[in-house]
Amino acid sequence: MKITIKDLRFTYPTGLEALKGISLTINPGEQVAIVGQNGAGKTTLVRHFNGLLKPTSGSVFIGDWETTKQSVAKLASRVGYVFQNPDEQLFSRDVLTEVSFGPRNLGYAKEKVDELVKRAMALTELHDKADTNPYDLSPTWRKMVALASIIAMDTPIVIFDEPTTGQDAVNVARIAHVIAELKREGKTVITITHDIDFCAENFERVIALAKGQVLLDGPAREVLGEEETLAQTYVDPPQLTRLGKMLELKETVTRPEEFLKAINL
Amino acid sequence: MAFVNIQNLTYKYPLTKEPVLQNVNLQVKEGEFISIIGPNGAGKSTLCYALAGFVPHFFKGEFSGEVEVDGKKSGESTLDEWVLNVGLAFQNPFNQISGAKYTVFEELAFGLENIGVPRDEMKQRVEDAMSLTGISDLADRSPYSLSGGQQQRVALTSILVMRPKLLVLDEPTSQMDPIGTREVFGVVRKMAEEGMTVVMVEHKVEWIAHFADRVIALKDGQTLLEGTPSEVLTSDVLVENGFGVSRYTSVAREAKKQGLWKKEKLPVTLFEAMEGFK
Repeated sequence: MKITIKDLRFTYPTGLEALKGISLTINPGEQVAIVGQNGAGKTTLVRHFNGLLKPTSGSVFIGDWETTKQSVAKLASRVGYVFQNPDEQLFSRDVLTEVSFGPRNLGYAKEKVDELVKRAMALTELHDKADTNPYDLSPTWRKMVALASIIAMDTPIVIFDEPTTGQDAVNVARIAHVIAELKREGKTVITITHDIDFCAENFERVIALAKGQVLLDGPAREVLGEEETLAQTYVDPPQLTRLGKMLELKETVTRPEEFLKAINL
Repeated sequence: MAFVNIQNLTYKYPLTKEPVLQNVNLQVKEGEFISIIGPNGAGKSTLCYALAGFVPHFFKGEFSGEVEVDGKKSGESTLDEWVLNVGLAFQNPFNQISGAKYTVFEELAFGLENIGVPRDEMKQRVEDAMSLTGISDLADRSPYSLSGGQQQRVALTSILVMRPKLLVLDEPTSQMDPIGTREVFGVVRKMAEEGMTVVMVEHKVEWIAHFADRVIALKDGQTLLEGTPSEVLTSDVLVENGFGVSRYTSVAREAKKQGLWKKEKLPVTLFEAMEGFK
């Protein structure tokens, strides 16, 4: 499902102008990372996709639906949004109920709900935690519950707001696996992240936001190589990209296999 | 005498079956900046709580061993005495912000108000702390209107403004943009140079390697490795135990197998990697 954003502007009630004219098209099945300085408007932007925020001016279309003309509840069938802080999202007394809530709420038949929940819990490796209260789990696993409860809704568009925050290497790999799996299923995945190495290794397209505007937008390799421009929004290129630059490699490298290939020439 | 001295610390939360920390020993010198790394569930946050006195004063549970800071034992002090010396920035800034104040400026003054700092000094200290962490432009905003990373800077600043002798930071940059992260590491390094003792839990090994004096690798509540950043962060033991390492280290480890990395020692920083691959 396509996302079409035209000249989106958003001003918070406090008078803070968070988005200053953003136009973007995100195609079905794209894997997009959004990077940029704290306060650049990343979360504000993605909260327009599921209608939590409505444009002050301009428009956001999810497929053929304009977000101002649909309820958040209705948009939830097209856009799943995993909050930055799982504690803002979780409320059920056990993991199974939590993960089932979304698909059940979308009105799927019981068999379908069961199947979606099973798949989401397997993907996030939560199967042995079905009866646990989410708040008895560590923050790491609470994050996985938050992920599972959105994946179970089977929406064509899934948004992750800083999924790797505070996660160790094993869990970051687990999250990368979830994203790869969603990609394989043809879903659009949009992820806000500060982990630029994670971004380089898992996303095809990168959008850098700065002060409410799009600073850069393009294939990951091109965007992540723009060291000086990225610095304007407090982003460093990936570690291997910086190393490649220092070694004066001809091509911009972002991933380990590319780096090894480039130095072996 | 070490400024921080943890002896045989074993601790079990009231509702857990196994101890979260098992016989941990840790000595930190005054003005030293140590970093604690480890997988999720290793006991890093619990160790922070033990340093901050929340364990055992707030969380109860079964506590044995000793935590001593500046010659005083946590078990023999009350929490309100303890906080005068030790400041902790929580892993999740949402949990730290008081909810009692309308602006960032007031939020930062909250701790100082509680310990009775005179008004003029309080204002000065808040302004100095804000300029140190680069949040002066947020002074009049509501703490709840901020982005995650901005809120995290406020949480950190609210501890720095108290000027604790021991600064305990639990993943203080987890929600920060990359250059902001580096700046915060720089600020923390500066505090250490000025004599503050720092214990920082972090995952961002590239900046730990640059800024910390010593690294402790914690797993399953026990110390797995301890040493200089270079010694610990290039160890094969980390990889075997599911720790994150820098891309410089992992790519050089792979290059070594292919004969493309000639040095004995693996790199942990950009500079070391460049030197070795040149």
